[in-house]
Amino acid sequence: MKRVHLYVLASALTAAALALFLYKAIVFGFPLRPEERTDVWRVEVQIQFEAEGGAAKAEIYLPVRTGAYTVVDQSFVSPGYGITTERDPGRGMRAVYSVREAKGMQTLYYRAVVQRGREAGTAERDPQPPVSPPEYKDRDAEQAAAQSIVAAVLKQSADPATLAALVVKRLKDAKPGDEASLLLGREPGNLRLVSTAVELLQVGGVPARMVNGLVLVPERRDAQFLRWLEFFANGRWHPYYPAEPTADALRYYLPWWRGPSAFIQLSGGTALNHKISTSRSYELAIHTALTRQRELEKKLVEFSLFGLPLQAQALFRTLLVIPIGVLLLVLLRNVVGIKTFGTFMPVLIALAFRQTGLAWGLLFFTVVVALGLSVRFYLERLKLLLVPRLASVVIVVILLLAMLSVLSFRLGFERGLSIGLFPIVILTMTIERMTVVWEERGAGEALQQALGSAAVGALCHLVMNLRLVEHFAFVFPELLLVLLAVTLLLGRYTGYRLSELRRFRVLAR
Amino acid sequence: MDFLNVAARLRANGVVGINERNAEYTLPYNPRDRYPLVDDKALTKELAVRAGAAVPELYGVIEIQRQVRGLPELLKKHWDFVVKPARGSQGDGIIVITGRSRSLYRAADGSLFDDEEMGFHVSNIISGIYSLGGQTDKALIEYRVNFDPVFEAITYRGVPDVRIIVFLGVPVMAMVRLPTRLSGGKANLHQGAIGAGVDMAMGTTLTAVWKTAIVSEHPDTGNPVSGVRIPGWDALLELGARSFELTGLGYQGIDIVLDRDKGPMILELNARPGLAIQLANRAGLKPRLQAVLRHRGELHSIAERVAFAKKHFAAVSV
Repeated sequence: MKRVHLYVLASALTAAALALFLYKAIVFGFPLRPEERTDVWRVEVQIQFEAEGGAAKAEIYLPVRTGAYTVVDQSFVSPGYGITTERDPGRGMRAVYSVREAKGMQTLYYRAVVQRGREAGTAERDPQPPVSPPEYKDRDAEQAAAQSIVAAVLKQSADPATLAALVVKRLKDAKPGDEASLLLGREPGNLRLVSTAVELLQVGGVPARMVNGLVLVPERRDAQFLRWLEFFANGRWHPYYPAEPTADALRYYLPWWRGPSAFIQLSGGTALNHKISTSRSYELAIHTALTRQRELEKKLVEFSLFGLPLQAQALFRTLLVIPIGVLLLVLLRNVVGIKTFGTFMPVLIALAFRQTGLAWGLLFFTVVVALGLSVRFYLERLKLLLVPRLASVVIVVILLLAMLSVLSFRLGFERGLSIGLFPIVILTMTIERMTVVWEERGAGEALQQALGSAAVGALCHLVMNLRLVEHFAFVFPELLLVLLAVTLLLGRYTGYRLSELRRFRVLAR
Repeated sequence: MDFLNVAARLRANGVVGINERNAEYTLPYNPRDRYPLVDDKALTKELAVRAGAAVPELYGVIEIQRQVRGLPELLKKHWDFVVKPARGSQGDGIIVITGRSRSLYRAADGSLFDDEEMGFHVSNIISGIYSLGGQTDKALIEYRVNFDPVFEAITYRGVPDVRIIVFLGVPVMAMVRLPTRLSGGKANLHQGAIGAGVDMAMGTTLTAVWKTAIVSEHPDTGNPVSGVRIPGWDALLELGARSFELTGLGYQGIDIVLDRDKGPMILELNARPGLAIQLANRAGLKPRLQAVLRHRGELHSIAERVAFAKKHFAAVSV
C-alpha cells in the first residue's frame, strides 16, 4: 500500500517536473546547454554636461528599427530628471531628459540590452517615402556637379542597389579638383561621404537616407557612431555599407537612428560630451529569452527565480545545487555505505570547496581538522565541560585560521584567503565526534571516517560544480522535483549497501 | 559482476541489510513513541523492574553537572560498578570498574581513573557526547554483573552477554557476545568483541564472528567458542519473548547478562539491533522473520512464542 502511494507520488512529481521542463525548453526556448547562448549586448550611453543653473533639456535618439537586433530592455538613469519619449518621424525615437533647475556637472545614463533575433528583418513593407532632392542653395557649381555625376552613374546602373554602389564608388574615387571632391568639400569623412551619397541618390530619384549606428564590440569603452546609407526599393529599405564590411562583421552592426541630425541635442548646458560603451552580456541571455514571451508567460516568469534581483539569483545558483549534493550523499550513504561524520557535513564542505577549489579545499579541510584535533586533544587535559570546550575549539581554530590566512597571503598564496569560508562550527562538531570515535574505536576508524567525509565532500563538489548541473538546477528548478522523487524512492531502497556485500560476504555461500 | 553475484547469493540466503532492516522491520513495527523507552536505559530499567524482570541494580543517576561533585561519595560505597550513559549507542561511553587500587578506580581493561577523571567522564556523558542526537544525557551508575563462569574460558575480561533479536514477541536469533582484548572488555561487536551464534532450540553456542571473519576459537584465550551450553536457556527465551509486551517494539534486540548469583538480567533493549548477529549464526534473518509473520495469528502467549522459536529456529547442522 505504502509502496503504491510512494510510486504514484514519485511518478506524479516526475511527470509534473518533466512537463514543465519540456514546456520551458520547447515552447519558451530556454537553453538546454550553458554554452547555447544567443548574442546579447549591453549598450550604455553616458551623457555629461555642465548645467547653467536654469532648466536643462537633453534629447537623445533611442535605437529603433534595429535590423537583426531587438531591443529587449532599456533603462534611463537620471536623478531628478523627467523622461519622455517622442517619435521623430523618419528618423526614429527620441528620449527627452528634462529638469527645471540644474547646476553643475550632470550625468545621465541610457542603457539598452539588445539581442540578435533568430530571423532577420520583417516581412512587412515600408510605406513609400517621398524623394526630397537636396537644395543646393544658389550653388550652381554643386548642382551641376551632382547632376553630372548622377547622369554618368545612372547610365551604368541597372537598379537602385547598383546605383548606390556606383555612387559610393564614384565618391570614394574622388580626385582633387573633380566633381566628386567638390561635393565632398574640404573634410571628406565617413559622415560627409554618406550624406553626399544620400543627396546624390535623391538627385537620381531614389529615396535614400543616412543611418547612424554602432558596431558592437565586446568590452568597448568609447564606441563611435558609424554611418551608412539606406535606399528604398521594391517597397523596402535596403542598407548599403560604404565601408563594404564582410558578412561576419555585419553581424555586429546595430542601426540606431536615421538622418543627419546629431545624436544629442542639449539646451541649458555646456561642455557636452558622451561616452558609449558596449559589452557582451552572458548572464542576460536567459533573461532576454524571457522578455520576448507573451504577457501570461511573462507573469509566470516574473514569479520565478528570474524575477529576483541579480544578487539573489546568484545566491540561488548556489542553493539550488545543494539538492544534487544531498542526493549524492544519500546514494553514497545508503547505497554504497560510506561512513561520514555528520549527515550533511560533506555537502557543506563541498560548498566551501566551490570558493577554494578542490585541491586547496582538501588542503584546508585537512589543516582545519588537524588543528582542531590537536586543540581538542590539548583541551582534553583540562577536563572542560562539553559546550565551553566546543566554544574554545571554535575560538582557537578561528584564530589559527586567521593567522594562516595572513601567512599564506604574505607568502603569495591568495587562495589562503578563502579558508575563512569553511563552515567552522560544523567542522568543530565533526572534530568533537572524531575525538569520541578516536577514543572509543581507535584512530584508524576515526581517520577512515574523516577520509570518507572528505572524499564524499570532494565528490559532491565535483558534481555540484559541473556547469551543466548548475545551469539545469537554476534554469529548470522544477527538475529538483525529479531529484525529490528519486530521493523518495531511495527512501524505500531495501537492497544491500555495497559495503554490506563485503561485510556479509562470508554468508554468500 | 562479482558483487551482483554476491548480492544474489546473500539474497538467496535471506541476509537482511541495514536498508531492509530499517525500511521493512524497524520503521513499520517499531512505533516512534516507544523509542524513548529503550533509548533511555534508566527508563528501560524502570519498566523491566515493574514487569518483574531482573535488571542490574541502579546505584545512582547523575543528571546535572552539580551532582558530579557528589560522585566520589556515591562511589565510595561500591567496590565495583559500571558507569554508562543512559542514551549511549553501540556501547560508547561505558566504563566498567572492577575494583580499586589505593584511591584509584581500576577499569576492566586495566586502566586506572582518579576521582577527577571519573567526574570528567560523567560530565561528558551528561553533556551528551555519547548520546545519539547529542542531547543532554544522564549517567547511570549500576551494579557490575559477576558473570556466570560458563563463558569464562572464552572471555577476555569484561562481561559477556546474550543478545536475542525478538520479532513480534518471538525470539528469532541469538548470539553470545564475548569481549576480547581488542574490545577492551566491552561486549560490543563494533568494538572488536566476538559474537557466537546460538542454537535457538538448545541454547548451545555455534561458531563465532570476529570483525567480518568466522572464527571457531576465542582470539585471546584460544578456547573453542562452540558447544557451550547457556544455562537456563528457556528462561532467557522467555525474558526475550516478554520484552515485546514490555516495550511494544515489534523488532528489537534484548541484551541479557548471566549473573553468577542473580541469574539472567536484562541489561538493555535496543530498537535498532545490529545485523552482525547473522554473521555469528551464519544464517540470514529473513526466513525466520517471514516465518514469524506467517504464523503471527497463532502465537499469543509467551509460552507459545518460545515454543515456536525452539521448534523452528533450531540450528541446522552444517
